[in-house]
Amino acid sequence: MIVDWLIVLIKIILALIWFLTLTLYLTWVERKESAVIQDRIGANRAEILGLRILGLFQPLADAIKMIFKEDFVPPFANRFLHTLAPFLSFFFVAVTISAMPFGDNIRIAGREISLQIFDANVTLLFVLAMLSLAIYGIVLSGWASRNRYTLLGGMRGAAQLISYEVALGLSLIGIIMVFPSLRLQDIVYEQGKLLFGWLPKWGLFLQPLAFLIFLFAALAETKRVPFDLPEGESEIIGFFTEYGGLKWGMFMMTDFMEIIIVSCLLTTLFFGGWQVPWLGADGFHFPWGWDWLLPRWLVVLLQVAAFNLKVFFFCWFQVLVRWTYPRFRYDQVMDFGWKLLIPLSLFNIVATGIIMSVIR
Amino acid sequence: MIKLLGYFYEILKGSWITCRHFVVNMWFHTLWFLGIKTKRRGAVTIQYPEEKKEIAHRHRSLHRLMTREDGQPRCVACMLCMTVCPSECIYIEAAEDPDPEIQKYPKTFLIDLSRCCFCGFCVEACPEDALRMDTGKIELATLNREDLIYDLNRLIG
Repeated sequence: MIVDWLIVLIKIILALIWFLTLTLYLTWVERKESAVIQDRIGANRAEILGLRILGLFQPLADAIKMIFKEDFVPPFANRFLHTLAPFLSFFFVAVTISAMPFGDNIRIAGREISLQIFDANVTLLFVLAMLSLAIYGIVLSGWASRNRYTLLGGMRGAAQLISYEVALGLSLIGIIMVFPSLRLQDIVYEQGKLLFGWLPKWGLFLQPLAFLIFLFAALAETKRVPFDLPEGESEIIGFFTEYGGLKWGMFMMTDFMEIIIVSCLLTTLFFGGWQVPWLGADGFHFPWGWDWLLPRWLVVLLQVAAFNLKVFFFCWFQVLVRWTYPRFRYDQVMDFGWKLLIPLSLFNIVATGIIMSVIR
Repeated sequence: MIKLLGYFYEILKGSWITCRHFVVNMWFHTLWFLGIKTKRRGAVTIQYPEEKKEIAHRHRSLHRLMTREDGQPRCVACMLCMTVCPSECIYIEAAEDPDPEIQKYPKTFLIDLSRCCFCGFCVEACPEDALRMDTGKIELATLNREDLIYDLNRLIG
């Protein structure tokens, strides 16, 4: 019993270390990648004892700066809610990492350990629910600051996230129909099978339309530039105008954590999760007949590495999207969500149903 | 529908541009990181305090007063530069020179760089070619304003 608790605790600590380190260094990736895209070099001056290493200390410098800034609550703001809001939005995003399957089950000392903290029958619903609850942080921060602009930003954020939540959920119905489960681990297992004997049965190949809808809706969920209505740097400055220091930093961290969560979801649902193409439990079985047997620990290591690689790729991709496109106007975002994505996702459900009934 | 597909074409084109920039610049960054010096670099940025760009041949920078062979300034205190200066930053006090060929020399010659706009009119006005702006010193910031008033010694030296 106590060992079970200990295992869960160790898993939580490891996952949080992975998550927060990746979040911290995603800020570095964002700076550097935008710089490389724009023919610049990017932040490279933070140094410790004369060591610069490509500006890798920049996140630490940022953190120190934010910690030592004044913690300011505007007068007339609701002090309790104003302080609660960043923690709410941080918590609900951070908790979703518990549902992400990092790899297959491993066996240590006769004990089966799944590389997932929270394994239930409804992990997909759990992730969606927690991401929806994160809206509370935005609305609360906008409202509790007692500033008209932040209120406007918070309301816009709520409107945008609720509209895109619909498209997000509807696009996932197709995935749930194809891989009949709400358990993320089951969905990943299902994607390890082969289609026509050679193509990995990834969500991308089975549900290309759902993938596109999910991608756009998820980009809107992260509230970053093509869809940055809640923030709207050029017009209303957004729901966290009245925050400074580490509280503002928590909103920023939440943004980056959402990128990682969206990358994890894209990987898990559409790109086979931790599955490597043609890698079974005992090694590679290529469709052209070759077999390459590997020890169990190496297989698990490869799978975890594959998951990480896919997540990194999608993080990179989202930063690329953020530094490529101009932002939408408010009515364009609403049009795009309600008039294009939701009808398309409904069409996707119908089409998937017809095709599945014909094949069966 | 066709208009919509056109949008998506433009979206893909946009991401192709940024992606190309990323890959090409990353390639050159990696080459330089590995110590292979290529003609092209990954970024157009110059790392300013360490690396400096060569100043153009026709630049205008900090003034200097030219001297004769005997070390005296060439200036004859004709006040032309003081008159032409649009920001009135030059102050000259003349004194009599024992040499009848020269007649006058500047007892004090002050240029207040906190007012100077580096237009170069004083250089053009000078009939004796005593004033030039070709020292190449462009980092003139100081911590107090008094240091920006350059006198005869600093202008010659």
